[in-house]
Amino acid sequence: MNIKTDALVIGAGPVGLFSVFELGIMGLKAHVVDNLDKIGGQCIELYPDKPIYDIPALPKCTGESLINNLLEQIKPFKTEFHLGERVQSINKNNNNWVVETNLGKKFETPNIIIAGGVGSFEPRKIPLEGVEKFDNTNLFYAVRNKEIFKNQSICIFGGGDSALDWAVDLSNICKKIYLVHRRDDFRAAQHTVSQMNEISKTGKIEVLTSFQPKELIGEKLIEKVRITNSNSNEDKLLKVDSVLAFFGLKMELGPIAEWGLNLDKKNIKVNAENFETNEKGIFAIGDICLYPGKLKLILSGFHEAALCAKSCFNRARPDEKYVFRFTTSSSEIQKRLGVKNDNK
Amino acid sequence: MPKVTYIEASGKKHEIQVDVGLSIMEGAVQNSVPGIDADCGGSCACATCHVYVDEQWTEKVPEITDAEKDMLDFAFEPKKNSRLSCQLILEDSHDGIVVNLPSKQG
Repeated sequence: MNIKTDALVIGAGPVGLFSVFELGIMGLKAHVVDNLDKIGGQCIELYPDKPIYDIPALPKCTGESLINNLLEQIKPFKTEFHLGERVQSINKNNNNWVVETNLGKKFETPNIIIAGGVGSFEPRKIPLEGVEKFDNTNLFYAVRNKEIFKNQSICIFGGGDSALDWAVDLSNICKKIYLVHRRDDFRAAQHTVSQMNEISKTGKIEVLTSFQPKELIGEKLIEKVRITNSNSNEDKLLKVDSVLAFFGLKMELGPIAEWGLNLDKKNIKVNAENFETNEKGIFAIGDICLYPGKLKLILSGFHEAALCAKSCFNRARPDEKYVFRFTTSSSEIQKRLGVKNDNK
Repeated sequence: MPKVTYIEASGKKHEIQVDVGLSIMEGAVQNSVPGIDADCGGSCACATCHVYVDEQWTEKVPEITDAEKDMLDFAFEPKKNSRLSCQLILEDSHDGIVVNLPSKQG
């Protein structure tokens, strides 16, 4: 069953959220898809605590407070979010687009708004040539089913919360864990570091710092891992059953790059009138779009959201006339927002 | 205006005059030096403006913060002289500085 909606917003960052607002006050319903498992995009994933100084009329806010305020602003529209899901392919169905996600969910809509920032966040792969062949055989970038590691010897790369949390957790079921990190300091919470150090006294976890991966050895499966000490250049060979790597996230355009849109590096080319791409009904707004004079500012994305919403209206309601309205005076908008007109 | 030499992994050199107060990342991006992506726009929140600072200059650039060390974990092939170029703000004393670019960004 296709989910029918007036617009599909790809990306739950500030610009995607504000486009939900602009659509909502015109009476258009949107669904939002984001590859991350939480709302907020870069503002939450990369800099939740960093002050932002150039949001109009907000002398100072943080990534987190900006997102919280935007969520408050779109609350009346009861928007459905599809998190932890990535858009995969698109197909045309008359005037509509059918968008399918990696989980097989299908949306049918006249409007796709790509508010994807610098792309979707993907796990960063081990920086070695040819390691892709082990992907999901016995090389993993996330733990989906920890039972498969039972009684195994595993090597975990990384020094952050994910790496250490899993090292501690899996030490209950693994035979042996090698925790390999490129320096002596860990980014993880202090109590997890202490916990890990405590377990390492039993030999269950072997902490190898100042080491980096050099080679994953094996035919179909990884059998051994060669790591190298960044101070002494000495190599060490570890016999393992599985490898887990936690090198954080990176941003990729992903499957959108294959949609036949005009691209310039990681950006999607649009016109500066309604931010439509070369495909009718596919818009790109925020950091991901490119037009002459483009500035990668959140405020520019807000402007782009408002203008593209107007075009979305024309496509979603071809038989109705678009009427420009102010939130201060339009009783219709105020009804949609669920507020009473106290403008007496 | 300090002169910055960016050397690509292939050996190709770019000598650029960059304003004092700008970062080495900004100097590269504004002058279309390839090999510095700067996905996050300079907030020390990704690792895609990674450079290797020439050994002669490692002591002369601003000291590395913990946040930058954390981020460098995500860089492609980090070394002892690895830095995020968005954190290297240029002063007059940096005239002649040399940075090497990695073969790719995280």
